[in-house]
Amino acid sequence: MLTPLRRKRQKRQMGRPGQTGTKRSARAALALCSAGALLLTAAGCGTDDGEADSGSPPPVTVKLPSLKGKHLEVTAVWTGTEQKNFTKVLKEFEKRTGATVSFVPSGDDMAGFVGSKMAGGQPPDVALVGQVGVLREFAQKGWAKPVNAATKAELSKNFSKGWQELGAYKGKQYGVYFKVSNKSLIWYNTSAFEYAGAREAKTWKDFLAQAQLISDSGTDPVSVGGADGWTLTDWFENVYLSQAGPEKYDLLAQHKIKWTDPSVTRALRTLAELWGTKGLLAGGRSGALQTAFPDSVVKAFANAAQPDAAMVFEGDFAAANVSDAGAKLGSEAKVFPFPKVGETAPVVTGGDVAVALKDSEASQALLTFLASPDAAHIWAQAGGFISANKKLSLSVYPNEPLRKIAKAVIDAGDNFRFDMSDQAPASFGGKPAQGEWKALQDFLKNPKDVEGIQRQLERDAAKAYGN
Amino acid sequence: MSTATAGGAAAPGRVAPAQDKNKKRKSITGTRLWVAGIFLLPALVLLGALVVYPIGYSVYRSLFDASGDGFVGLDNYREMFSDDATMTAIKNNIVWVIVAPSVATALGLIFAVLTERVRWGTAFKLVVFMPMAISMLAAGIIFRLVYEADPDRGVANAIWVSVHDTFKESPPFPGAHPRPNAGLTESSNGSFTTDATAKAGTPVSLPLVAAKRDDVSGAQDAKAAKPEAGKVTGTVWFDFTKGDRGQHNVLDKGEKALADIKIEAVKDGKVVATTTSRADGTYTLPAKADGAELRLPAWNFGQPYNGVDWLGPSLVTPAIIGSYVWIWAGFAMVLIAAGLAGVPRELLEAARMDGANEWQVFRRVTVPLLAPVLSVVVVTLMINVLKIFDLVYIIAPQTSQDEANVLALQLYQSSFGTDVNQGLGSAIAVFLLVFVAPVMFFNIRRIRRERRR
Repeated sequence: MLTPLRRKRQKRQMGRPGQTGTKRSARAALALCSAGALLLTAAGCGTDDGEADSGSPPPVTVKLPSLKGKHLEVTAVWTGTEQKNFTKVLKEFEKRTGATVSFVPSGDDMAGFVGSKMAGGQPPDVALVGQVGVLREFAQKGWAKPVNAATKAELSKNFSKGWQELGAYKGKQYGVYFKVSNKSLIWYNTSAFEYAGAREAKTWKDFLAQAQLISDSGTDPVSVGGADGWTLTDWFENVYLSQAGPEKYDLLAQHKIKWTDPSVTRALRTLAELWGTKGLLAGGRSGALQTAFPDSVVKAFANAAQPDAAMVFEGDFAAANVSDAGAKLGSEAKVFPFPKVGETAPVVTGGDVAVALKDSEASQALLTFLASPDAAHIWAQAGGFISANKKLSLSVYPNEPLRKIAKAVIDAGDNFRFDMSDQAPASFGGKPAQGEWKALQDFLKNPKDVEGIQRQLERDAAKAYGN
Repeated sequence: MSTATAGGAAAPGRVAPAQDKNKKRKSITGTRLWVAGIFLLPALVLLGALVVYPIGYSVYRSLFDASGDGFVGLDNYREMFSDDATMTAIKNNIVWVIVAPSVATALGLIFAVLTERVRWGTAFKLVVFMPMAISMLAAGIIFRLVYEADPDRGVANAIWVSVHDTFKESPPFPGAHPRPNAGLTESSNGSFTTDATAKAGTPVSLPLVAAKRDDVSGAQDAKAAKPEAGKVTGTVWFDFTKGDRGQHNVLDKGEKALADIKIEAVKDGKVVATTTSRADGTYTLPAKADGAELRLPAWNFGQPYNGVDWLGPSLVTPAIIGSYVWIWAGFAMVLIAAGLAGVPRELLEAARMDGANEWQVFRRVTVPLLAPVLSVVVVTLMINVLKIFDLVYIIAPQTSQDEANVLALQLYQSSFGTDVNQGLGSAIAVFLLVFVAPVMFFNIRRIRRERRR
């Protein structure tokens, strides 16, 4: 039903001189952007597509075919600043190949979005999937198409083995990890720390002590975006990886040990030391549950001199929200690694993997482009972006914290653990109001009920993994 | 509306049989069957392809497993009824189907009857009908903002909180408490009591921490209370210096006073005296307080009133129904107003002449005459409500989506995505169809009855 309509719209756009077309699409983008902002209460939509870019032009290291007249539809969960920056990458692709690329935000539920499009027979050409579990399911169902030789060559040249394997399923390469993240970071407001006399914590115990000190000083210490279930799974994963160790982490990720395992009990009890203590969460537990992730960052950095909260835990991508909130990275906002709960500090990573859903020359060319340092360069210099691309020069990153985080990711080589919930089937680890997201929200609501939450997690996991 | 055309179409049908008794292969209207068939064909094809086939396929699909290959019989239905989420959805659907149409119709009736009597009725109707022009999706986004919990953002709570705060004083220092070693013990209700008893003539210091910086920043520096003979005095202050450089539980220079804190003197569990701290943090209790324990009631540190958690687990369904009524009350009003225009004035006049008061006229004359219209409105809304999806999908936040669940949403959640079960989804769809069937049956019977009249 949709096809004739879309074709008509396309034709009309092509029939007119370029100027009108871009104006229209810009206006549409703005409308979409503000609608998205309303829905997600995410502040900071870009005002324009940023022609006056101060950054250096990207290097040209990869050869792309000419794709004049071809059209690509790309989908990702990104909105706001992230969407704006990704659009810059797509613009460069358009410039080099002559193809037209449209970006469709998928909303939080990527699996549901692509699933319904698949059912309707009109999938987007390329999707950037945030969960490795979803990538594997796409591959298993035959929705995802394997990459071609050019992309493979680009991957083996630029990425470590660990990252390549994460994009593969049953020996075939499907995905390109375009954007990765280091999810073991605590962002803090320097003036709140200074006022309280707090310091960067190395261990969990010290972390709690510093939090108490900050609480005494009159600032809520830790801001948690509990309205978004995924921030809570990231909390759990860092504690668990550090406390139970990587071997158990891998076992739990594959559901080879149960969620009722004593190691999970210990991790949840540890987490409850923070979540269950009065005065340590910004706005209390109910306040945390009503705070979406972008708002949790705003709480800590919108009023840099006297913030509502001192610390926010999340990956490097929080940098974009920090700048949106108006705080200066490196001076007003600083970052320290997640404190070690057990022997070593955790390094949990995540990433958005680009995967072709239609096997066409154009979608393959876009994957090749995204695997090259050229594409990474464009977003990296805009900020809020980390690449696992070894060939990308670290000097491209706009500030010291980002450079440090990127270096840590590349230095980790293959010694990192991928976000556990993103490895799980979507109904357990990747969907709002379901599975792990929902269970940990219930846990934040009532941190005393460790056993009950474990049973709930195990029940949902058993159903989702089918074992 | 549909009743008028139905009645018209039925009229020739009744006359026809007598004419065509002797002619075979001709239908009641005198046309050949194949001609009638050709004319019916487009409608039949469309109905078959768009209605009958999908229903049939859904029933068929609901008997198979997630992959669509294995026959599982009624297992999907069994799973559906053993799943908590679906049971909540069924329960919520029942609440929806009872509450939403009746409230919308009642409001519509009130608006319709009242607007008939005012001069600017049409303008008023226009305003009430306006929400119908907004898509459900947009209305959902609007109400998501309206119901936002933070009173600075959600208009519902902004109103609620400002009304509440005009009648009740809000606590001065939310979240504040003494340090663990400050000589005060917290009781189960959140109040703090001194371990030692107060002596007249010896100031009792009450150091607190964790008062919010915003609440403290404008305060005066705290003053050490002077001992007064025969009276209990002391200071309540914020025991924190920038950088934590001050001594704990000691009044350092520059530490801020905590004003307006309520202090009670308690002897054997009974309050003997109360006071409130002054702007410089000092307080004075009368001689009665000598030998009493000092208690800081929990009220001092309570959270400021933050309004109602509209989208929390308990209120989320009523809140979403509220937004639905906002949209559809206008629809009910317009239909009822049209019905009202057809009510013969003489009847109302006659009732008034017979001495009925306005309420009796409304209750005994207007409403019975409007009954057919009212049932059309209620039934239409019921069918509409059973398939409710968009408002719930958009308004309910992640944390309470389970509690707000409805069948159509559950259907979507279990059918689309990656590891999903379209068999289960089809089973829910079939159940939804069965759910709508009685309402449909009622509707069809009603139309038939109208036709016969």
